[in-house]
Amino acid sequence: MHILPILSTLRRHRTAATLIVLEIALTCAIVCNAVFLIGERVGRMNQDSGVVENELLRIQLTGIGKDKNPAVLTKEDLAALSAVPGVRKVAQSLQVPFGNSSSNSDISLEKDQLQSNLNASTYFGSENLLQTLGVRLSAGRDFTPDEFLDWDAIQKDSKLKVHSIILSRAVAERLWPGENPLGKSVYMGDDPIRVVGIIERLVRPNNFLAGAGDFELSTVLPIRTPYTVGGNYLLRVDPQRRAEVLTAALAALEKNSPNRIILRKQTFDELRADYFRQDRAMAWLLVSVCAALLIITALGIVGLASFWVQQRTRQIGIRRALGATRRQILRYFQTENFLLATLGIVIGMIMAYGINMLLMEKYELPRLPALFLPLGAVTLWVLGQIAVLGPALRAASVPPAVATRTV
Amino acid sequence: MFPRYFYYVDLALRSFRRNRVLTGLMVVAIALGIGASMTTLTVLYLLSGDPLPGKSETIYAVQLDSHGPEGYRPGEEPDTQLTRFDAETLLRARRADRQAMMSGGNVAIEPKRAGLDPFYADARYTSADFFPMFEVPFAQGAGWSAAEDAGRARIAVISSELNEKLFGGENGVGRTIRLEQSEFRVVGVLGRWRPTPHFYDLNTGSYGEAEQVFVPFSTARELDFSRSGTMNCWSETEGEPEGPNAPCSWIQFWVQLGSRDQASAYRDYLVSYSEQQRKAGRFTRPPNVRLRDVMQWLDARHVVPSDVRLQTWLAFGFLMVCLLNTIGLLLAKFLRRSQEIGVRRALGASRRAVFTQFLVEAGTVGLVGGILGLGLAWLGLWAVRHQPTEYAALAHLDLYMLGATFVLAIASSLLAGLLPAWRACQVTPALQLKSQ
Repeated sequence: MHILPILSTLRRHRTAATLIVLEIALTCAIVCNAVFLIGERVGRMNQDSGVVENELLRIQLTGIGKDKNPAVLTKEDLAALSAVPGVRKVAQSLQVPFGNSSSNSDISLEKDQLQSNLNASTYFGSENLLQTLGVRLSAGRDFTPDEFLDWDAIQKDSKLKVHSIILSRAVAERLWPGENPLGKSVYMGDDPIRVVGIIERLVRPNNFLAGAGDFELSTVLPIRTPYTVGGNYLLRVDPQRRAEVLTAALAALEKNSPNRIILRKQTFDELRADYFRQDRAMAWLLVSVCAALLIITALGIVGLASFWVQQRTRQIGIRRALGATRRQILRYFQTENFLLATLGIVIGMIMAYGINMLLMEKYELPRLPALFLPLGAVTLWVLGQIAVLGPALRAASVPPAVATRTV
Repeated sequence: MFPRYFYYVDLALRSFRRNRVLTGLMVVAIALGIGASMTTLTVLYLLSGDPLPGKSETIYAVQLDSHGPEGYRPGEEPDTQLTRFDAETLLRARRADRQAMMSGGNVAIEPKRAGLDPFYADARYTSADFFPMFEVPFAQGAGWSAAEDAGRARIAVISSELNEKLFGGENGVGRTIRLEQSEFRVVGVLGRWRPTPHFYDLNTGSYGEAEQVFVPFSTARELDFSRSGTMNCWSETEGEPEGPNAPCSWIQFWVQLGSRDQASAYRDYLVSYSEQQRKAGRFTRPPNVRLRDVMQWLDARHVVPSDVRLQTWLAFGFLMVCLLNTIGLLLAKFLRRSQEIGVRRALGASRRAVFTQFLVEAGTVGLVGGILGLGLAWLGLWAVRHQPTEYAALAHLDLYMLGATFVLAIASSLLAGLLPAWRACQVTPALQLKSQ
């Protein structure tokens, strides 16, 4: 196939060719970045929480007026909830993964350190919290009953302090890279707290404050909270019976004390869907924009190629009369499209890179992986070839007799 | 003059009929581009609006740096909220035209109407100047006075929605409501009020509804009402983070200052207050204050979601592709009619006439595309309203954005037509006639 005659034809249609090249370039640049953003969102939505999500139910409630001794009712609630058929474990918790509302603390390795080492979320609740959440303890042990302190007691007596803590692996790795964290101490105030266990993974209730890698920075403290603090009851249940258990659990709570308002009742699947709904909406939006861009560009190629075929009908007829095969005519238009697409892709890659730089600056996104460039190129080449096929076949079917006609 | 334009429109319609699919494609491309751009632009415009038009430049948010020595980095942005101690001191000092301290919260309401269960409502605990300073509209009654703040009066202002719910729309002023098991007298019922963004407290959602119940801050503390929002503590709280001397920031503080001079005097006052507190041993860091008016404050807090900005850029990129597409197709279409142009030119049509003719054809494509795009924008905003975002209910086209849509539609289609029409009028008649 001779490329030179194609180039000379394109030179005569410089403006139209430039426009289609620019359109391909812009589409390529936007689609590359959009697909990259979709990947980011999907990655975030698939964040492993570390808890047994398909077995968990959450009920959040609050009391009306002041309960002078909420620990009593909390104990009754927990007993009533564990008696509900289908319930395996029950716990009260200050906060829950993906629950948005969070308690956080600075963690230091030395007393009175001016710049803390990191900031992590602090989970606490009743004794069974870790087992109810189903987090995997990868080293050390769970808290023993004598390590637990009551929230109300700590509020009244500032001398009462916890002495043990469980860290997520991410926290331990950040504090002591490569070392065994068990038995070491951290500071959240004036007194040392000893690390007794390491859990594989437990995400924070939200990552608003945290950077991308900080979602797994969390700790667990042996502090027993009453229902008035955080107000979360967590139930680990048989996954098949979640709906019926939730109804029965609400009835049990209502029976214990009618003087309360249920704020939330949900499965963890719902909680997760809720937390990531914005990301999901954005991902779908990006998918539809990509699809629309590719369709419009393809139709633009079809339109322009059709015009050119119509315009050159006589010329094609002459070539056919002079001995060109149908195949050669077909190839001509395919090659022409390939050249236009290639030029568009080259410009598009540079633009894609530029857009990515802007996004990196404004939205703290990572660099566009190099893999996206060949992927984008192949997509647009294939798109161009599919789009031009129709007009090119029409061109190939022009009979040589056309050459002998006038107009 | 005008009959000629009609003739051009007629020519354009004939040309469309010859290439139905292609014309349809151009119209749809323009419509999609304009629909997407206007949807996102409208959302951006609504979200970056001024919540207090005409007054926002006299209302300022106060920030002080009262943190402990830990984690200090010079020049860092101070906390966005004040401690209760500082807020109460600044409130008593009365150095501004108006000043108000406030915090969000939740209260349980026990309705007296039969058949209505107790429920929770968003509340705001604040001080007297809140209502006149933010020009809160009242349907009935009014706010309260500084004396009632000091006296911890059991009074409340409620929203029109809550009034509807509790009193069936009758005048609620003078009646009592039961909040957290205490009786409160209603002194005011608000008119329709939804400041957008929810500028005075961004901790409880940037675009949330205004609260349903307003009670004096002092009363709320006396009854130990539960608070909501963000709280930052930097040393031992002795079990009472909401206490009058607790080292916790959780109060929003706003002042009204009539002029730039007053604002700079108030800023000086905040610096000297910080110095004084440092001498007294309460503050440990050098004075680090901020005094921003409403729009500066919203800007500094990055209130407009970054996704919304991203969507706007995306939509305009999309519009660009659609326009390039249309320009390319129009160009090819016009130049294919070179013979026709040659004949018209040979019969005496001027370049200008040919240019106008083709611009009218391009403009017609744009106009139809624009009208369709307006429909799509309307559909797009309908979709935004059904998204689970807190600003969903705000997404409506107003007259201003409607006008902007038309301008964008016509401008982009004329822009798209300009180059092809120009190239069309450059066709040399002799060459076209000869080549046949």
